[in-house]
Amino acid sequence: MSMLSFEKKYRVRGGTLIGGDLFDFWVGPFYVGFFGVTTVFFTLLGTALIFYGIATGPTWNIWQISIAPPDISYGLGFAPIDEGGLWQLITICAVGAFVSWALRQAEISRKLGMNYHVPIAFSVAVFAYVSLVVIRPLLMGAWGHGFPYGIMSHLDWVSNTGYQYLHFHYNPAHMIAVTFFFTTVLALGLHGGAILSATNPHKKGDTVKGAYHENSFFRDTIAYSIGSLGIHRLGLFLALNAGFWSAICIIISGPFWTRGWPEWWNWWLSLPIWS
Amino acid sequence: MTLLRITAVAALITLVSACERPPIETTQNGYRGTAMVDVSNPRAPEAEQGYPAALPPASASGPKAGEVYQNVQVLGDLSVAEFTRLMTAMTAWVSPEAGCNYCHNPANLADDNVYTKVVSRRMIQMTQHVNDSWSDHVGDNGVNCYTCHRGKNVPEYIWFSQGMSAYGNQHFVGWRDGQNMPDVGVGYTSLPSDAYTDFLTATEGNQSIRLASAEAFAGPELGLSIKDAEYTFGLMTNWSQALGVNCTYCHNTRAFQNWEQSTPQRMTAHHGLNMVRDLNANYLVPLGPVYPENRLGEELGDAPKAYCATCHQGVAKPLGGADAVSAYPSLGAASR
Repeated sequence: MSMLSFEKKYRVRGGTLIGGDLFDFWVGPFYVGFFGVTTVFFTLLGTALIFYGIATGPTWNIWQISIAPPDISYGLGFAPIDEGGLWQLITICAVGAFVSWALRQAEISRKLGMNYHVPIAFSVAVFAYVSLVVIRPLLMGAWGHGFPYGIMSHLDWVSNTGYQYLHFHYNPAHMIAVTFFFTTVLALGLHGGAILSATNPHKKGDTVKGAYHENSFFRDTIAYSIGSLGIHRLGLFLALNAGFWSAICIIISGPFWTRGWPEWWNWWLSLPIWS
Repeated sequence: MTLLRITAVAALITLVSACERPPIETTQNGYRGTAMVDVSNPRAPEAEQGYPAALPPASASGPKAGEVYQNVQVLGDLSVAEFTRLMTAMTAWVSPEAGCNYCHNPANLADDNVYTKVVSRRMIQMTQHVNDSWSDHVGDNGVNCYTCHRGKNVPEYIWFSQGMSAYGNQHFVGWRDGQNMPDVGVGYTSLPSDAYTDFLTATEGNQSIRLASAEAFAGPELGLSIKDAEYTFGLMTNWSQALGVNCTYCHNTRAFQNWEQSTPQRMTAHHGLNMVRDLNANYLVPLGPVYPENRLGEELGDAPKAYCATCHQGVAKPLGGADAVSAYPSLGAASR
């Protein structure tokens, strides 16, 4: 595969976390590294196991395919392969692949002398997944509390898990997470709009505008512009909080609260100010 | 900055102390991976208790209570010994402090002028009716006075119609439309707080709790509003609170209305709904004129009524599913 003229400059040795020079090479445009190898290993094995589960399962209907975790009676032990053990192996592969991918990002960051913002950001998404299938099941005492791998079945799981606490929208961490998700979308929408409106002038043939105009737009609108670097800090902050509080909201549902979420808010009713 | 830190720490402590802690207990009641799981805290205050120990059996021979005593309308077929045993048990179940005189005129035990005696007689008949006719709901365990009373003159969990008080100011600001109060009966949600009157008072003609349409995109022809859905959700939340279980104890929430995907407990609950309607309509509401004013609802002057919590009191099987009736066969269960 051809390489851009300047690309070679950045293909430098070093920066690996594991494996030294052994895997320090590229395949086409892709950097390999030790964690590239482990990513491929876990991905292929996990996908193969999923197809094994589908092939031995009751349906090929893409919507109904589901690989379910074990019965709760298996607790934190291993289950037979066709009674949830497959889910356990696939979960190990998924966590292995996701963590490998994050560490590969870290190696590339080191190689380029960059900081770790990208792998950290990706790790928050991995943390949200690990919360669902590892941390919460551990705290609740059974792998069976993880969600099933299937398009409709995981939605059914979400529905039932929500109704286990009567009304999940009263979950305070869920509230915070949803707020961050919406705010992330708002910020990204405004940022994309600001950049595109500056680079696509209203009149044909007009000069392309830059950061001064973008800043001025928001100063005119809300008396403040966060700036061209600051908007990316804000974006990262909002997005990571969305994922982080999503993880928190499911970790606390069960291990740290067994009743309806509306009832949790009784601490507000019993504040000494009015009670 | 220090103030900010103190505030943050205080807020964190408040939020964390509002929570529970692991380990928790879970019960699977559906296929694996569907989250058909009941979640509970084994350290919750509703720890299950049993019934007080049954009194030693009494002799069934000898003269009948109806022959020896006057005005014995319901339990006249019991021997005097059995009759006395049941009266003693009832005293412990319902009025351990006030004793016999809570229901009886000590100068004339047959006197019906004490309203509690008239109510007690009807309650005995109601208990017999539950044990005889509602085994679909109460199973072999049955009920006795203690199931609801727990040593109190008046059961702790009863309800009155809320009338217009739940609606707030009817003229301008403050109109609540029967909802938006953190009422314990509906799990402190914003759901309508009197989710009982329209559902639980008549054997026929009550509002149906069913809302789900059998077809997709049901329009106005369904004849139900979102507010109707909130009333049903309020009632369902009340059941859930009463039993200390969550929605998935009975329903697979992917299709609430579908019986095939529901757990067997939903059928028991369905019989319970009809039982509560029967008991309120035929036993509790008609007692209204018998009660003194202080026993009636503050707003509408209605009789105290029953719902799930009256017996269940926070657990799925009242008093841990203990046998309430086999030691006292006169409380019904003729078919047992």
